[in-house]
Amino acid sequence: MNVPTSILTLIIGIVITLASGWVSQNNGLMPTAAAAEAVEIDRLFTAMIAIATGLFLLVQGALLYSLFAFRRRDGDETDATPVHGNVSLEIVWTAIPAMLVLWLGIYSFDVYQSIDSAGTMGSTHMAHQHGGMETVVAAGEGTPAPSDPVLLATQGNRADGPLAQAIATEVIDPLIVNVDGLQYAWLFTYPDTGIVSGELHLPINRSVTLNITARDVIHAFWVPEFRLKQDAVPGQVNHLNFQPTKEGTYPVICAELCGAYHGAMKTRSIVHSQTDYQAWVDSQLVAHNSSTTAVAQRSDPSPVSVLEQHATAMGLPDHWPDHGHEHSLSTLPPDWLEASSLDPSGS
Amino acid sequence: MTQAQATHLQEVEVTPWREYFSFSTDHKVIGIQYLVASFVFYLIGGVLAELVRTELATPASDFVTRETYNELFTMHATIMIFLWIIPSLTGGFGNFLVPLMIGARDMAFPKLNAIAFWIIPPTSVLLLMSFFVGPASAGWTSYPPLSLITNKAGEAIWILGVILLGTSSIMAGLNFLVTILKMRIPSMGLNDMPLFCWAMLATSALQLIATPVLTGAMVLLGFDLLVGTAFFNPAGGGDPIVYQHMFWFYSHPAVYIMILPAFGLISEILPVHARKPIFGYQAIAYSSIAISFLGLIVWAHHMFTSGTPDWLRMFFMIATMVIAVPTGIKVFSWVATVWGGKLNLCSAMLFGMAFVSMFVVGGLSGVMVASVPFDIHVHDTYFVVAHLHYVLFGGSVFGIYAGLYHWFPKMTGRMLNEFWGKVHFALTFVGFNMCFLPMHVLGLQGMNRRIAEYDPKFATLNLVCTIGSYILAVSTLPFLVNAVWSWLRGPQASGNPWKALTLEWTVPSPPPVENFEVDPVLLIGPYDYGRHCLLPQPVARSAPVTNVEAKTADLSAPRQSEENINQ
Repeated sequence: MNVPTSILTLIIGIVITLASGWVSQNNGLMPTAAAAEAVEIDRLFTAMIAIATGLFLLVQGALLYSLFAFRRRDGDETDATPVHGNVSLEIVWTAIPAMLVLWLGIYSFDVYQSIDSAGTMGSTHMAHQHGGMETVVAAGEGTPAPSDPVLLATQGNRADGPLAQAIATEVIDPLIVNVDGLQYAWLFTYPDTGIVSGELHLPINRSVTLNITARDVIHAFWVPEFRLKQDAVPGQVNHLNFQPTKEGTYPVICAELCGAYHGAMKTRSIVHSQTDYQAWVDSQLVAHNSSTTAVAQRSDPSPVSVLEQHATAMGLPDHWPDHGHEHSLSTLPPDWLEASSLDPSGS
Repeated sequence: MTQAQATHLQEVEVTPWREYFSFSTDHKVIGIQYLVASFVFYLIGGVLAELVRTELATPASDFVTRETYNELFTMHATIMIFLWIIPSLTGGFGNFLVPLMIGARDMAFPKLNAIAFWIIPPTSVLLLMSFFVGPASAGWTSYPPLSLITNKAGEAIWILGVILLGTSSIMAGLNFLVTILKMRIPSMGLNDMPLFCWAMLATSALQLIATPVLTGAMVLLGFDLLVGTAFFNPAGGGDPIVYQHMFWFYSHPAVYIMILPAFGLISEILPVHARKPIFGYQAIAYSSIAISFLGLIVWAHHMFTSGTPDWLRMFFMIATMVIAVPTGIKVFSWVATVWGGKLNLCSAMLFGMAFVSMFVVGGLSGVMVASVPFDIHVHDTYFVVAHLHYVLFGGSVFGIYAGLYHWFPKMTGRMLNEFWGKVHFALTFVGFNMCFLPMHVLGLQGMNRRIAEYDPKFATLNLVCTIGSYILAVSTLPFLVNAVWSWLRGPQASGNPWKALTLEWTVPSPPPVENFEVDPVLLIGPYDYGRHCLLPQPVARSAPVTNVEAKTADLSAPRQSEENINQ
């Protein structure tokens, strides 16, 4: 019964450490990791969950133990032994959390750098000049200036055939997709092919750069399986770089409150194998050549029908949003018509 | 001394109820005005929350319209923040306790104090009236451009309301700052102040520095909304991100305005009911100041996905994480205060210990969301909803309840019923965790916030949350009945039912209009429990001394002897 305090402390420490380690490895709290960046973020999450579980058990354990062990006995009207503080103990519980957050800060910084290797997760402003919607056209047309050479390279590689494309994939050839948020849909434009889609189709294992903006209010692009989120802000292009690593269909969610149908602003992101992706591109190009720009969306009936349902509920014309965005713009105040020049498909 | 108090007890005049509906300049009346008014808003905000949870009981949008849903959560947050937590903690407890704790007869500016309170009722009526025209529905963050194009009339009322409530908050902050710095009894140095006063000092500094920026943002937003300017409207070349910076420059410190006073309350309550001195007085006092300062330079951690430049994200990440250090000091000090005590597990103590326990959860998830890469995943999800409710409900509201149970005898002269207090505690604790714990999982799994409809795979956990919220709603009933009944019929409270050592307990319950018959003089510190080694505690720590020489003589002697004991 007389276990020395030091041994007891050691045992408790080991138990807490083991429990924290177990929880961090077996919590199953995160969804599938479908991008290289997701794996990195999950590793960080695992580390943080381990630390948090340890501290949680320590504090809650001490409180629960006190609740039972230090309960006042009936009839005992005296005070407890006074302890005003303990300088060394206070230094310890200042220094250890300080070192922990320092380490966590450095680790987070490290992970952030690896998921944002291009250093472009920031934003590019589009509308600084007065009455400056011309600049918006430029940005909406393709991408901000730095990525223009990349865009050219992309087109060049396509002509060179699959081998060149495969080599380029690894180093200089991120797939560029312009993402456009509007109440209450996402539009994905592929500048290299001119495809416009209501769903985000991506080839596996190829870097992607999203240039994200919005047409009306702030939206946020989020794919939980990629662990990545970036706001879509009107008048500004935000960037997101990542590499999908797992084939599958994942939800694309609007994460920033954007109006009454915010909860319904969803579409899909489909990560294809290289060949499937090429097949999808070809099918879209055939459709593209035989009809108008927006026909592309007809091949994806599910989101369109969802949108149509909401469009009806909102009193919009029932073919919305099939024919570009002229109709959606009619719901916006007149100022917003100007912003329609943002439209990358040039409708 | 005990005899003196017994005579006081008979002399006490209960404040006539009309006084509470008047432009009273008595800080105690104003404090109770704040507390009662804000509790009414808590109930209104709670009803809105229950409507939100009822909508979310099922995945489809099938209870209220989507527009109404957005209005509900917008007004829920607005009422809970601006009309419940801030006014009850700073206005309510701050007003009632600060002058009593520092031995003052009132606040520095009694009329300003009354004006600050009386801004609130008309403003709240205005805000509630906006339900007739369609209230603000762009979230309590009210980000443009959305806030500029939905429910314009309601949005205009909301902007006006926030400006007025901000003005009230600035008045209160100024008043507390001057009162604490200038009106302490001469024998009370800053380091002899009860820790609640330290917390209020840190809070009022934040109110003074941060709130004007919010007012500025609101004025500009109002111009964009009503006059058609384009400060934040990208359609005219404005920048919506600038609004976010201005908004969060206030609204992150607002979190500390809502939690620091609760920290202060807990630092008072735990030592009294643990019968032990607070562990590490100076560390707790100075950590409040550190949190207050750091709280001013972390705002952009709400904007990690707004296209914020990389270097800015890193700066705000590190600054945010550093706050964990002073906060951790407080938590560990509270645990050490309880450790080895003789715990009187009354309702106040249960809520106080639960505060520490729940706040730790919110604090740990707070460090996690400070990490940029992780925040990029969970920002604007239910993980954040869980985090903020663990801080503001598990923290602030548990703190308010602990404070209400602890100081109810002092405020009303009546004791609350302990049995129903414990029932209230148990229901609140279970309902709270059932409602908010599953939200962590929902957010990590991919449920975004502010949505009226969600993926059916989240249905089960959401139903659990909703049931938890109903338990939480029911939990307020025992408290309400207990408070009303006890205030009217409860057993009379003595001047110092908890045998506490801070100055407010040396006067009768409820305190007379002038608080102290004579200026009190400190004989022992605010937390010197157990100083007389296992002897019953003296019920008072101040003696009526009219002689100036006696005051100065008394000043140093007891301090020295205390140091001797420590050695």
